[in-house]
Amino acid sequence: MKLKKLIAASSIIASSLMAQVAVAADTIKVGVLHSLSGTMAISETTLKDTVLMMIEEQNKAGGLLGKKLEAVVVDPASNWPLFAEKTRELLAKEKVDVIFGCWTSVSRKSVLPVIEELNGLLFYPVQYEGEESSKNVFYTGAAPNQQAIPAVDYLMNDIGATRWVLAGTDYVYPRTTNKILEAYLKAKGVKDEDIMINYTPFGHSDWQGIVSDIKKFGSAGKKTAVVSTINGDANIPFYKELGNQGISAEDIPVVAFSVGEEELSGFDTKPLVGHLAAWNYFQSVESEENDEFIAAWKTFIGDEKRVTNDPMEATYIGFKMWAKAVEKVGTTDVDAVEQAMIGVAVPNLTGGVAVMNPNHHLSKPVLIGEIQEDGQFEVVWETPDTVIGDAWSDYLPSSMNLVSDWTAPIKCGNYDVKTAKCSGQNF
Amino acid sequence: MRRFISVLFCCLVSWYAIADDDVNTKDSTAASSSIDSELIELVNQLPNTKLNKMQPLVENIAAIKSHKTREVLQILLAGDLYYLKSDKTLVNAQKQNDGNYQLTNILTDEALAPVKKRAIRKIRSNNRLRSAIRSFIAKIDLTDDDKSTRYGAVEQLLEKPSQETLDTMRSLLPLEKDADVANLMQTVLLIEQLKHGKIDEQLSAVAGLKSSLEPVVLNTLSALSEELSASEKTQEQEQLLTAMSKAIATIESKRSNYKFIENVFFGLSLGSVLLLAAIGLAITFGVMGVINMAHGEMIMLGAYTTYVVQLVFPNLIEYSLLIAVPAAFVVTGLVGILIERGVIRFLKGRPLETLLATFGISLILQQLVRTVFSPLNRQVQSPEWMTGSWQINPVFSLTFNRLYIILFAIMVFFTLLMILKKSSLGLHVRAVSQNREMAKALSIKSDWVDAITFGLGSGIAGIAGVVLSQLTNVGPNLGQAYIIDSFLVVVFGGVGNLWGTLVAAMSLGSINKFLEPITGSVLANIIVLVGLVLFIQKRPKGLFPQKGRAVD
Repeated sequence: MKLKKLIAASSIIASSLMAQVAVAADTIKVGVLHSLSGTMAISETTLKDTVLMMIEEQNKAGGLLGKKLEAVVVDPASNWPLFAEKTRELLAKEKVDVIFGCWTSVSRKSVLPVIEELNGLLFYPVQYEGEESSKNVFYTGAAPNQQAIPAVDYLMNDIGATRWVLAGTDYVYPRTTNKILEAYLKAKGVKDEDIMINYTPFGHSDWQGIVSDIKKFGSAGKKTAVVSTINGDANIPFYKELGNQGISAEDIPVVAFSVGEEELSGFDTKPLVGHLAAWNYFQSVESEENDEFIAAWKTFIGDEKRVTNDPMEATYIGFKMWAKAVEKVGTTDVDAVEQAMIGVAVPNLTGGVAVMNPNHHLSKPVLIGEIQEDGQFEVVWETPDTVIGDAWSDYLPSSMNLVSDWTAPIKCGNYDVKTAKCSGQNF
Repeated sequence: MRRFISVLFCCLVSWYAIADDDVNTKDSTAASSSIDSELIELVNQLPNTKLNKMQPLVENIAAIKSHKTREVLQILLAGDLYYLKSDKTLVNAQKQNDGNYQLTNILTDEALAPVKKRAIRKIRSNNRLRSAIRSFIAKIDLTDDDKSTRYGAVEQLLEKPSQETLDTMRSLLPLEKDADVANLMQTVLLIEQLKHGKIDEQLSAVAGLKSSLEPVVLNTLSALSEELSASEKTQEQEQLLTAMSKAIATIESKRSNYKFIENVFFGLSLGSVLLLAAIGLAITFGVMGVINMAHGEMIMLGAYTTYVVQLVFPNLIEYSLLIAVPAAFVVTGLVGILIERGVIRFLKGRPLETLLATFGISLILQQLVRTVFSPLNRQVQSPEWMTGSWQINPVFSLTFNRLYIILFAIMVFFTLLMILKKSSLGLHVRAVSQNREMAKALSIKSDWVDAITFGLGSGIAGIAGVVLSQLTNVGPNLGQAYIIDSFLVVVFGGVGNLWGTLVAAMSLGSINKFLEPITGSVLANIIVLVGLVLFIQKRPKGLFPQKGRAVD
């Protein structure tokens, strides 16, 4: 009797296990590695929802390779070492086929060794400082030459700026970007005394002294522009102080690389009107794909007031490309997909085409927008063509000769064109 | 392409029209009730013109001398110029409270039925166009009746006046009655004289300009003297150069004096923010001895009260702060009393447990706010009177919000001082804090006093929150940014001493602001912190320690 029960029980367990295996084989697992709590939750939760929306859409259209997609969402909680642990969990325990995730550069740097060790695949959707190219990472956000450099070109050629304030929050992205910009400006013949560099701590709120310095710096009779890599919360008090001290966008325009639709929603945008931002996507751009995307997003999130932004487009492009590459090679195997990814082209949301280049960076159009009173951007300038993302800046002496090319025969993230050697270390 | 040609053609046509117009300008101003047909024609091109072709069109509009010209430009500048998608009628659209737009036909001033946003489209403009429009309007405004408008117009044209503007100013100057406007016009003309005059004219221009603080004066002087010193000089030019160097030196010393005063102001303003944030803590921590880690969250609740007040009274933004101050005091005061009665009174004399318990409360309050209001920052508007600045001279201005905050902080400080020194509540508070047992023996209800004192401290933190809502982001993390600064100020000033808190806040603010231009704000913060640690090592009881037998 007992034995019978045991057999019955074990057969039930076995069959249910088998069923699970069968189910597992029928889904493709997509890891989502975005902070859902802590300081970065404000920005990253949106990207988690974007990935979930893309997965839902893909499943509605019949999934991928005849299988359904299944999202595995983890919360690294804005805690950088936790990003590495969660990546290990996703790859070793959950055995996901691809990961969409990270926002800050420091979280990406923390994920890199793990993803290379376990040979995973990461799509990183945020603009960053460059100087990196890993075999296991696809960078769908802008490199400095797709955001910072064109913005400076615009200010120089169209606005006529000859004096520059580089203001940023004190961490790796602004420091590296400003280093590149400083080298670029000097190469363009801007003198030392016409460049002012200023760093402030995270969440800085007392801007009166710095704004007064900028005002004084800008009153020297030359057109002055501010290039701002000020991050997050600190922006609103900064713009408020500019307004209060009577500096308008017409006198000293500020072009920002971290202020987008999401950051502006819910703010009193009056003091910001007319200032600029450089991105590869704006919600206000009119194209069929964009209209569809915005409508889908509003339905998915169930809120008419939610906005879309640049990192969301980067997530969208990354997901579409990955799906296309998987379909092309008929497998989710990382090495096969990685090779298939290069050269994949999908429509972007601004009416053009995004292509994945051999250096794992995208070709993107660069748009400059002026902030409007409703928190949207009005495009005032754009590059005539898409710009290929450059992993290693040509303006820094340390990375001048480096290129990244993941196709044969080079297959290297930092190939020195002078010495024809690959250092093998990719970050 | 076709559109481009048509625009080009229109521009050409209007150009000829303007050339004609100069002849009969007087007629058109005489018949001011009817609107210039040229203007109507040009204005009606606005909806069909691309942004990069707008500048010549606007220039043509500005050249038409009609009473409507300025009005149209002003509406375009303010971003209120829209057109109806149905028939391209140009309208001045103002958003109403119900979300619809109130429309007025800009040419006929006729009011149209309110419409939804979808029915109209904005005439776009960008920075370059707006600055062009500003100088067009300034040219018209040179002859305005209001002297401050005239002053603004001259100021706008100061930087790069065209030959035409200079001629206009020359003819207007003798008629100008207001001294300030006349002075500024004089400056513009003197700069011109300095740039292009003969050597004796240049000398007299330098003499006339050396008291002017306008940045453009200094720039012109230094550019010219640099140019002159590089080349061969005659005796007279030598003389001019010395005069210019002297003038530059005078202006620069004046500027650096004002820079110093400005730094003092910045320091005081940062100090008064610190004072407001810390003064509530000076009572709960300083007088009662409770280490209240939830103090920052009281500040945050005060800021959110401001948000709620603006939400409830959307039409009273101008007065919202006046309503928010007492409201925040009451709300956070009550929360404070609740915390004291519910938690802190059971932990009397156990500082470590109090610290942990209040830290827990601070986390609970943050999460509560996240759940109720969303984790995103909330928008708190600034009333009109809190924005802008008081321009004392071209290089020195004080921002209104900071000015009011300094005054407000000092007011709060002295009110609190009076309460503690003169009222019977204050007497009881001091009695309990100095010797609880003895106070009890004298029939002071020490429990009641504790609750009220904690409520008072929390209420003042709430007021600080109202002020901070005007300076920084209102979000769940607002309090955390100020809790450490608050403790620093109280400890530096000497626990239990309100005057110490005042001096400590003001000196920390000033030191920070004087270091900032030299070291940058990151290093300035570090230096202040290190300096403070060393100071506390030397004098553990702060600047003004309490003395006497009560201290133990």
